[in-house]
Amino acid sequence: MIEVEGLQKRFGTVQALQDVSFKAGDGRITGLLGHNGAGKSTTLRILSTVIRANEGRALIDGHDCAQQPLEVRRSLGVLPHASGLYAQLSGRENISYYGELHGLRGVELKRSVDELIEWLNLGAVAERRAKGYSQGERLKVNLARALIHRPQTVILDEPTNGLDVNAVRMLRELIRGLRESGRCVLFSSHVMQEVAALCDDIVIISHGRVVVRGTPAEILTTTGAPDLEEAFVRAAEDGVQGEVQ
Amino acid sequence: MRAVWTVFRKEVLENLRDRRVIISAFFFGVLLAPVIFGLTITMVSKRAVENQDKPLALAIAGGHLAPNLVQFLRENGVQIEDVELTSDQAMNAVRSNERELVLLISDDYGKALELGEPAPLSLVVDTSNSRTGPSAERAKLLLNAYGHQLAALRLMVRGINASMIDPIGVHTLDVATPAGRALLILGMMTYFCFMSMLVGGFYLAIDTTAGERERHSLEPLLALPIRRAELITGKMLATAAFMSVSLLLTLATFGVVLTFIPLEALGMSANFGPRVVLAIFAVMVTFVPVGAGLMTVVASFTRSNREAQSWLSVVMMLPIAPIMFAVVSGTKPSAALMAVPSLSQHLLATSLMRGDAIPTTHILIGASTTLALGALLVGLAIKLYQREAILG
Repeated sequence: MIEVEGLQKRFGTVQALQDVSFKAGDGRITGLLGHNGAGKSTTLRILSTVIRANEGRALIDGHDCAQQPLEVRRSLGVLPHASGLYAQLSGRENISYYGELHGLRGVELKRSVDELIEWLNLGAVAERRAKGYSQGERLKVNLARALIHRPQTVILDEPTNGLDVNAVRMLRELIRGLRESGRCVLFSSHVMQEVAALCDDIVIISHGRVVVRGTPAEILTTTGAPDLEEAFVRAAEDGVQGEVQ
Repeated sequence: MRAVWTVFRKEVLENLRDRRVIISAFFFGVLLAPVIFGLTITMVSKRAVENQDKPLALAIAGGHLAPNLVQFLRENGVQIEDVELTSDQAMNAVRSNERELVLLISDDYGKALELGEPAPLSLVVDTSNSRTGPSAERAKLLLNAYGHQLAALRLMVRGINASMIDPIGVHTLDVATPAGRALLILGMMTYFCFMSMLVGGFYLAIDTTAGERERHSLEPLLALPIRRAELITGKMLATAAFMSVSLLLTLATFGVVLTFIPLEALGMSANFGPRVVLAIFAVMVTFVPVGAGLMTVVASFTRSNREAQSWLSVVMMLPIAPIMFAVVSGTKPSAALMAVPSLSQHLLATSLMRGDAIPTTHILIGASTTLALGALLVGLAIKLYQREAILG
């Protein structure tokens, strides 16, 4: 469960976030949609507690991102944009490292790693060093690393960027699997089709502001657009106009 | 604290598997430095020994004009070669390294000698050629001795005591201990030790910030439920461990290499047994936090591996500069100098090799100032790691 209220963030003179508020519920997939530079990554970085907002509040499963970052990180799994592995470690070692840093030890750690390796079908490559991995294998290990502590809330930043069709399909299946198990999934994208194919709720962000949010059907009604793509374009333009005014 | 240990273990494992790291960390220190060092010293000492034992070879143009001088030189063991060269030809021959030395006896030599005027001799040498320097020196000494002998004879003929022309008698009393004489050369060694120590932690320090960032593994790492201070402490401990091991291996290799170098032939001896090696390690290891902190701080400002590498290669010269200065100027240890990190380690290490007594205050000042600076830099590195800009 993610609750965000009135987030603002400045980097020097650049106002990256003006006003971002939304909710993402458990057992649902929420898509954060916006053009490049709209503020998606900044929002997700605030949620994953690697940076702090200047104004506003963000709660993950009831924990405040600014006040209780360690609690937030315990219930959060993060797959940042272009997440990298340690090339000299095997897939298993990469996953175990994150498990250990989450406080898992011994039998418990091994069982968690084994479960993820099985779930993600990584058995054949888990003992090999990560430097020889294919794109899909890297993605799976990254995902396993993010899920090693069974987080209730999962954040994925542009996870499908640069992936081939097979990897994208696989990822969609995995994300649906997370929803089935009752997790709260938030993922960002600048591709409308991506979001439409997967999301229960959509949050459209433009120039650091949330311009529209709701289920796909609600968004069509609000914007009066014939399809989601048109709705996205119109909403993004509204954001620009809102800024001009 | 468990997180620090986890990070440390992973960094060590990962970097031990990285051939690039191993080569730069251990190849330079353990193999390259001692080998370069050993070869240089062996060559220097061999040449010194050769020059002492070899009879002086001297080409003389116009030897028939000064038979007494030639006789004198022969009696003093000089191998004389009579050559027919004009002064221009002689200079060209020496300039082109065809001949080491040529003594030109001018046609006026005999006449000037008869008249009691200074008899002109020319010794053609190339002082820029370090190889012939000692020969030229010996030739000059012999010629002066001959001149002195002639002067004494002239005075005796006039009934004056020859000691008139020796108003002073200088005796050089060489008090250099054999170990002390080796010092200039061994001073180079602390330089190599610092280099290999810094190179040992080079890649790990870069990887802590710039490397993780470039690999895109920094952001997920910072989203883990551990404090950033723990994370960077684990990483810096791994850096420090690589630096320490690199230093120890280098010192140990030096200990082995020095037993094969004919230092005694030069009248030198190096005090470099296992105990001294360990003592030098203990002295120099106090510099590890400074190096690790400094490299991590500098790397944290860079955007990429490449940028970090070029910056760090410059920064690595920083601790080495005072040592170069000390080696060249022959600085003596003092309490004030012990407050300068890297210089204090250099001076203490050289004293250990020399076998000198070291005042306890020097050790205390050296260790405390260096460790204090190290703590400062490590603290700064930790502080910088908390910045949002660390994400790049």
